[in-house]
Amino acid sequence: MTTKPMITVTDLHKTFGEHIHAVRGVSLSVATGEVVVIVGPSGSGKSTVLRCMNTLETPTQGSVLVDGVELTDRDADIDAARAEMGMVFQQFNLFSHLTVLQNVTLAQRKVRAIGKAEAAAEAMRQLTRVGIPEKAGSYPRQLSGGQQQRVAIARSLAMNPKVMLFDEPTSALDPEMIKEVLDVMLELAAEGMTMIVVTHEMGFARAAADRVFFMDEGLIVESGTPEDLFDNAKEERTQDFFAKVLSH
Amino acid sequence: MPDPIAGTYDPDFSMKTDTEPSWTKRSDTTAWYDRFPWWGVILFLIWSTMLAKILFDDDYDLAWKRISPGVTLTIRSTISAFGLATALGLILGLGRTLQTDDRTNPLVRFIKISARNICRTYIEFIRGIPILPLIFTVALVIIPPLSESVGLKNKIPSEWRAIIALALIYGAYIAEIIRAGVQSVDQGQVEAGRSLGLTRGATTRSIVLPQAIRNVIPPLGNDFIAILKDTSLLSVLGVLELTQLTKQFANSSFKFREGYLVLTFIYLSLTIVLSLLLQQLEKYMTKDKTGAR
Repeated sequence: MTTKPMITVTDLHKTFGEHIHAVRGVSLSVATGEVVVIVGPSGSGKSTVLRCMNTLETPTQGSVLVDGVELTDRDADIDAARAEMGMVFQQFNLFSHLTVLQNVTLAQRKVRAIGKAEAAAEAMRQLTRVGIPEKAGSYPRQLSGGQQQRVAIARSLAMNPKVMLFDEPTSALDPEMIKEVLDVMLELAAEGMTMIVVTHEMGFARAAADRVFFMDEGLIVESGTPEDLFDNAKEERTQDFFAKVLSH
Repeated sequence: MPDPIAGTYDPDFSMKTDTEPSWTKRSDTTAWYDRFPWWGVILFLIWSTMLAKILFDDDYDLAWKRISPGVTLTIRSTISAFGLATALGLILGLGRTLQTDDRTNPLVRFIKISARNICRTYIEFIRGIPILPLIFTVALVIIPPLSESVGLKNKIPSEWRAIIALALIYGAYIAEIIRAGVQSVDQGQVEAGRSLGLTRGATTRSIVLPQAIRNVIPPLGNDFIAILKDTSLLSVLGVLELTQLTKQFANSSFKFREGYLVLTFIYLSLTIVLSLLLQQLEKYMTKDKTGAR
């Protein structure tokens, strides 16, 4: 693994309104090729940290450096930076008026100005990679949640991103569909994709994560390898959390 | 005039989205006559009675012959006014939804804030005034000096002054429909577009607008029908549309009953046909894309 950092977040703060201080000074660095999992209780600010990384949320304070570009700079080309960062949402957010194929070609055509045939070929490659090339002509509503989420992953991969952000990708799925999405993610991790994953799937974290960050109340409480955190946490809050989520 | 943002012109006309009429559906608790659309039968009987009068009574036939040629002008001004109003409404409605934040370039930010507030001012101003005085104001106060300043002294016929007035007024109402349609698109769709690197504009064009159109068709259709009915107001400018022809016929022949019955018959026929067409269009729009909500 290289040590060149892909994303460096320094002293990140995010407030909503006057009273909600969702993130209270988070610093973390993710190396190229690294798989990082962020866990923590609901409302701990983990999704907000992730959404600040591609500035879907504008950080209130702090620095977000992605592949050498400081995204909090007023002059930073945010759209260009986002094109290099795939994002997968809890609610899939497939474009409901477009077919699966059009979902996967849209950004290639509009952002990368790639020709129709070439974009379609790339889309089919990515749909094959996530295992549902046969659904290319379907509309999102005709797909199961798991299939929709795999299309969403393919849609991001078609942009050939340098890093993939996952925001609770399996939280909205029925239990029997979680595995098909996690399998795709495990495969991506094995192929060396840089990934930052906010999830409650501890099995995935154990199998794929190089490092796990435990967040609570807007701060990173503890970080380390999955083994460090799951089995040998130093902080009491971390121990409590994993005792609850790993007990069954 | 119906509220432009509210759902449908006539719920009973447009809420049936199933292929089967709702009143034939089996239900354990209601008999068929609970669900049968009696109102439709009654409306049809009224309409048929009027039709019979026109077909078989010479006085009504005379009124029909004098008044019905106005249909062309009514329809022409409805379509022209609706077309212009939709174009204006699109600009105003999208202008109202322009977004700015701390990252926006200062000049662009200034322009967007100005545009947003100008659009809002126009919309609120127009919607706060009844249509009739607005038509007088636009046609008699605003357009004459404007047309003079571009060298068209009194050359703009009253028909077109009236159409422009209707378009300026309904543009404000349609703007609110467009805004509501745009804002009804799930924010997650925008986030997905932006996270793929699409610009704000590209996201609006490729993702938000195509989805907003589906939500906007029913209220737009309602406004089309509302404009059709409001073309009757153009009679105050002497435009020879249906209502003005009826007024002239009744005043000269003293056949008020015949004249206004024929006028009612024509408007009712037009709006019912349009409602049915609109219902079919909505059905088509929702059936077409299985991806739709």
